[in-house]
Amino acid sequence: MTLEDRAPKSAIDSGRSAADREWFERIVVELLSDLYGTALRLTRNRADAEDLVADSVARAWSHLDELADRARLRGWLFCILTNAFLSARRTDTRRGVQQSLDDENNDGFSLFEQLHAPILLWWSSPEKEFLNNLLREDLTRAVDALPEPFRVVVVLADIQGCTYQEIAETLQVPIGTVRSRLARARGQLQKELWTHARDAGLVGRKEMKVTTES
Amino acid sequence: MNEPHVIDCEEALRRLVEYLDAELHGESQRQMEQHLERCRSCFSRIEFEKRLKASTAELRHEPVPPELERRIRSLVDTFKC
Repeated sequence: MTLEDRAPKSAIDSGRSAADREWFERIVVELLSDLYGTALRLTRNRADAEDLVADSVARAWSHLDELADRARLRGWLFCILTNAFLSARRTDTRRGVQQSLDDENNDGFSLFEQLHAPILLWWSSPEKEFLNNLLREDLTRAVDALPEPFRVVVVLADIQGCTYQEIAETLQVPIGTVRSRLARARGQLQKELWTHARDAGLVGRKEMKVTTES
Repeated sequence: MNEPHVIDCEEALRRLVEYLDAELHGESQRQMEQHLERCRSCFSRIEFEKRLKASTAELRHEPVPPELERRIRSLVDTFKC
């Protein structure tokens, strides 16, 4: 059951005008591609993503009076969507569905360092070639493979463009945690891209370079 | 005006993530920019990271299934005025 089913009619009645509803619908429809894209990266499932978008839209309308500046509806919708996802996941966590990050030993992994060949610098650039050949599906697969806490922080920072402060508030963690989690998440994302490219024969089958950079 | 404190590659790489996310400010950012003007290796690294981040940002756009758009429009129609 989704929020749109659950929400009592009284919760989404609020004496707003038809112009309000028209404005709201126009913005939502304009943003639908981005809302759905963000929801899909968070849930990794099309049906769940659609439910999440619909729930968020219903939630936004029922709480519209809390939005002081209507020019901020866009960011507010993404905030509601992310919080709705996190809220559902916290319930799952209480039920014991939790992913540990302890085993993810990818601190400091750098795709650039794997690809970069300084001796060829003047006549070749493997890293540029890699990016030129990078497919959306490769990146999607790599993001989807991240453990949830890493995926969420990548979605917030890289897909939604949130600041560290905004992420810290959303996740209710200190800014230092945001910074370190984001660094680890990107390290793992790049390792996924590298492993896939290597297995597909898109880059040389050389041994992974080990780095101690943090 | 004094020349800003010069940072080395090790320090530049430590600040890379925050620079990439526009979280460096003031003197710290100026030092980073000055280093990038002088260091081809770090400049290449930052350019690579910027492009990768921009590619990741593109994942936000996803074709909307027609049934989702219909569902949302129907949902909005239930919002009473």
